[in-house]
Amino acid sequence: MGVAHSHSASEEVRELEGKTGFSSYQIEQLHRRFKQLSGDQPTIRKESFNNVPDLELNPIRSRIVRAFFDHRNLRKGPSGLAEEINFEDFLTIMSYFRPIDTTMGEEQVAQSRKEKLRFLFHMYDADSDGRITLEEYRNVVEDLLSGNPHIEKESAGSIAKGAMMEAASVCLGQMEPDQVYEGITFEDFLKILKGIDIESKMHICFLNMETMALCH
Amino acid sequence: MLRAALSLLALPLAGAAEEPTQKPESQGEPLPGLELFRWQWHEVEAPYLVALWILVASLAKIVFHLSRKVTSLVPESCLLILLGLVLGGIVLAVAKKAEYQLEPGTFFLFLLPPIVLDSGYFMPSRLFFDNLGAILTYAVVGTLWNAFTTGAALWGLQQAGLVAPRVQAGLLDFLLFGSLISAVDPVAVLAVFEEVHVNETLFIIVFGESLLNDAVTVVLYKVCNSFVEMGSANVQATDYLKGVASLFVVSLGGAAVGLVFAFLLALTTRFTKRVRIIEPLLVFLLAYAAYLTAEMASLSAILAVTMCGLGCKKYVEANISHKSRTTVKYTMKTLASCAETVIFMLLGISAVDSSKWAWDSGLVLGTLIFILFFRALGVVLQTWMLNQFRLVPLDKIDQVVMSYGGLRGAVAFALVILLDRTKVPAKDYFVATTIVVVFFTVIVQGLTIKPLVKWLKVKRSEHHKPTLNQELHEHTFDHILAAVEDVVGHHGYHYWRDRWEQFDKKYLSQLLMRRSAYRIRDQIWDVYYRLNIRDAISFVDQGGHVLSSTGLTLPSMPSRNSVAETSVTNLLRESGSGACLDLQVIDTVRSGRDREDAVMHHLLCGGLYKPRRRYKASCSRHFISEDAQERQDKEVFQQNMKRRLESFKSTKHNICFTKSKPRPRKTGRRKKDGVANAEATNGKPRDLGFQDTAAVILTVESEEEEEESDSSETEKEDDEGIIFVARATSEVLQEGKISGISQATTVCPALC
Repeated sequence: MGVAHSHSASEEVRELEGKTGFSSYQIEQLHRRFKQLSGDQPTIRKESFNNVPDLELNPIRSRIVRAFFDHRNLRKGPSGLAEEINFEDFLTIMSYFRPIDTTMGEEQVAQSRKEKLRFLFHMYDADSDGRITLEEYRNVVEDLLSGNPHIEKESAGSIAKGAMMEAASVCLGQMEPDQVYEGITFEDFLKILKGIDIESKMHICFLNMETMALCH
Repeated sequence: MLRAALSLLALPLAGAAEEPTQKPESQGEPLPGLELFRWQWHEVEAPYLVALWILVASLAKIVFHLSRKVTSLVPESCLLILLGLVLGGIVLAVAKKAEYQLEPGTFFLFLLPPIVLDSGYFMPSRLFFDNLGAILTYAVVGTLWNAFTTGAALWGLQQAGLVAPRVQAGLLDFLLFGSLISAVDPVAVLAVFEEVHVNETLFIIVFGESLLNDAVTVVLYKVCNSFVEMGSANVQATDYLKGVASLFVVSLGGAAVGLVFAFLLALTTRFTKRVRIIEPLLVFLLAYAAYLTAEMASLSAILAVTMCGLGCKKYVEANISHKSRTTVKYTMKTLASCAETVIFMLLGISAVDSSKWAWDSGLVLGTLIFILFFRALGVVLQTWMLNQFRLVPLDKIDQVVMSYGGLRGAVAFALVILLDRTKVPAKDYFVATTIVVVFFTVIVQGLTIKPLVKWLKVKRSEHHKPTLNQELHEHTFDHILAAVEDVVGHHGYHYWRDRWEQFDKKYLSQLLMRRSAYRIRDQIWDVYYRLNIRDAISFVDQGGHVLSSTGLTLPSMPSRNSVAETSVTNLLRESGSGACLDLQVIDTVRSGRDREDAVMHHLLCGGLYKPRRRYKASCSRHFISEDAQERQDKEVFQQNMKRRLESFKSTKHNICFTKSKPRPRKTGRRKKDGVANAEATNGKPRDLGFQDTAAVILTVESEEEEEESDSSETEKEDDEGIIFVARATSEVLQEGKISGISQATTVCPALC
């Protein structure tokens, strides 16, 4: 296109670089991918993700797709789902999966770790009430086990209950017989996952990316 | 204890002394009749000696571990080598010649396979494949680098005149020597790192490197050896190319052989349901066959066994019975430990034989310095390169540990002994150097690595118990990452792992695992089940009331907030059993439905299990049958625990959920802890507030039988769960027939 367009494009890129922390090379790659997903439209809708064939096999597909549109992840509000997202939103979501830059200060590292965990928390907490209740947990477990057709639904329920009990004992310690455990809050969530190395687990190497053709 | 062994020998020797006195009498006369006592030493000599050496090694181990202080400072391998030195000295002094050596044949055929099999089988495969890139780099590139630089540097040393000219070796000879001295040894690494407990990533990288570099070592050694034999003048360009090609052939071929045997092993264990007793044998035989086949075809045998163990483990563990699993695990560990002990001892003994080696200070010192220096340099360079690609970079401390942990061991020694002296005239010098190097690395580096690790504050391995939450979240991560990779269109590591999991689930597992195991196989379920069992064990252990045949304590009416309840939890917490599942939920408050269930169970109990069949004697070599009592009790426990855990009451904790009907369900063939069985039967009733509730053994009919299982009792899986004891309230007991209870007591009286 014209020079004017490329100027504004590179400005945008720089702006995005600043906001999300990706390099311009990565932004270009992701932009190309975004265009493929959206079919050259400026925004993506939920249906666009149907074009990713490999995603079908994923048991928690719907949750992940929802996560892309979640207002909390897009930092647009405390709850609710967006209808469609533009490229900047897309990048925002992707930035949750950037490798943690260990050259940043301790605080920054802790901050990004918290951000990543918050993303996960939002995935579990479907109704945005700030707590993961047993019901929500059970849905997650059911999703995870849905790939295995031989485990009955009730097993998912018992597993979820077991996990909740565990969480309760971790977070609340000694519990009185009448004490009520509402659900897992974000602080509890952090406590439970203290041992897991989020830096190594939750990120994608964006270094070499080949954009794949969507349509076969 | 050594003295005891020697005195044992002395006794028959005394007996032998009698014989010569008989001889003079029988000279020229017919034999005086039947000999009362004959000395058959030569007939039993070989196996007797083998057994004796192993016995000596094991006794030595016992002696070492008597002193905690020593074993915490000095790794076992050092002590064993020193012991070997001492023993070798004794043998030399007594027999005036070195008798026992580390023979390469024995080493490669009998001593090395158990160790490699053990490590391959118990290798954490996820960790291994996550770090495969790093491991391969160090194994291949690192070993090549070490070999060439060490060989070249030594040759340079010789050219510079620091190595005495009586060491007749050319460049090729030095390269050959470099190739065999540069390989990190799995036995030594295992022996030392096992006691140090560094974090898993570091361990798996060093250890994986030591296993996988076997292919490179084998190829380099053979290539250099054949070049030396051909004479350096006759080596042509095509030979070099063939050398490079053989690297691929050896390594990939070895891995392929291992995978083929892994497949066979998994497939055969699928059908061993009726012949449980041979399962451990199959595992060992097929793994050993993999080793021998690879060895026969001059491929990398270590790679073959490693791949066999890695590949078959998942399917074999699912297929074989629990007893077989335990057997396999313990036998492997025993064999490996025994082999390791013998290796180190023999290393010590072999060093004493000075006829085999010749000393050259320049060579020895040069080798020592070069291997340390070049290893460190190599590690630094490779790590720098790898950190560009790794998700979690390896920092400086890791690099120090890695370079310091590159121990040489028995493999190098065996290889150097195998050299042909006519072709390699400097063999004796090489032998001496190898001995010094091996001793140095094992003793000095082994001794100092622990303090070094502590001083550098290396991240140690954390043993945290598996929690359900972490398992769940790990799975969620995997799926999320795979999904994001799909969305981004990036076929990264997670994508391929996901593809592999799909393929495995759809095709491989169906083919290789028994249908019953396949059905319920799921990692989350595994963790859940294991946790349940563990908590159940701890619960029973704390005095989950065991019914004694002498008296059934009929309960008084339990109070709503029964003391027993909270004391359960207190019990668990006090004992620090770390129960993840809060069994506070076990309440004596029964709903109507539960009471009905309990009554029904009592009735069933009355009707069930009455005819007690006699089973075959457990000494039958073909079939170890379960004790009928054991099996029943186990089933009972299992059923009840399942029921109990399903009925987490919301009333106690206000966790909202829909009450699931506590349907007794057989959980199928799952892992059971045989120990738990014993614990349950010997549960010591602790006097902690249980007096007011009775323990009744409820038996429950299993509703879901496995379709394929012949439900004949004799063939019932000896795999079942643990004996459970449930508590019933007085209401239940009163409502149900007391006769049902007494029947229960007659049926299962042994539970005390």
